[in-house]
Amino acid sequence: MSGLPRLDEIDRALIVATQGGLPLVARPYQAIGEQIGIAGDEVVCRLQAMLQSGIIRRIGAVPNHYAIGWTANGMTVWDVADERVDELGARVGALEFVTHCYRRPRALPDWPYNLFAMVHGASRVEVADKAAVIATLLGAECRANEILLSTRILKKSGLRI
Amino acid sequence: MPELDVPQGHSLRSAVDRQIIDKLQGDFPLCERPYAEAAERLGITENELLARLQRLLDDKVLTRFGPMVQIERMGGAFVLAALAVPEGRYGEVTGLVNALPQVAHNYRREHALNMWFVLATETPQGIAEAIAKIERDTGLPVYAFPKEREYFVEMKLAARA
Repeated sequence: MSGLPRLDEIDRALIVATQGGLPLVARPYQAIGEQIGIAGDEVVCRLQAMLQSGIIRRIGAVPNHYAIGWTANGMTVWDVADERVDELGARVGALEFVTHCYRRPRALPDWPYNLFAMVHGASRVEVADKAAVIATLLGAECRANEILLSTRILKKSGLRI
Repeated sequence: MPELDVPQGHSLRSAVDRQIIDKLQGDFPLCERPYAEAAERLGITENELLARLQRLLDDKVLTRFGPMVQIERMGGAFVLAALAVPEGRYGEVTGLVNALPQVAHNYRREHALNMWFVLATETPQGIAEAIAKIERDTGLPVYAFPKEREYFVEMKLAARA
């Protein structure tokens, strides 16, 4: 796994100290620094470096999507030919309303789907309408599909190392 | 483990909260007083931003405020996995699965595979260990759907309620 940025003990301590959230105080980076034994300036530099290397995707608010009105969340799953999935996946992922789009392995015979696209809406109908746009895009390339609506968040703590 | 209820008909109290949610999903400043800088962009005071963030967290409108870590960039792994849980055991199995710190989030979905969770571990071997533990604890087979390719990921949804 060459090319992965190396994470030293201090970076790791910084992730552990912030993974539950930043302190809600005027100088949060200084507060974290005091906790792990480095200066606030160094906290800022290290967070900046981890943002640049992609270890940190972003820093900010993580909403509960249900609470901000996105009450219907649908995992749409599609069975398309393996030799076509990359081209089709790129096109589905480019739709403005798709938040995540991945190729994943099938689990035959129960699960024939290899293309996953998450769509969100304020209602089941909105999710179904968005899935219909994907279905139109895939056309005859889609051999089977389903929408798995979520009905409850059972846990959403985010990553914990 | 507490279950997170899906808030029904929750509406945000103000346009300011909406701005906070929409504008602060990324690009949180890296400086000595980041809340003051972010507050200035929003046209409110540092104290007001801190108080509103605290309330949004208390009300579970935000699940977290801080860095989002991409564990794969530090040599770890994320895997989507699912279980087909008998209805009569749903609460018990939810507790067993959520008890693992490696379970970053977990959703109930309408399907024979009715529990979908994401495992995040610091090493690729950690995934196999977590799956083995869940299978041992629950007696149910885990369906693992590791991503084979990522076509798109950008989970930033604007507040609409």
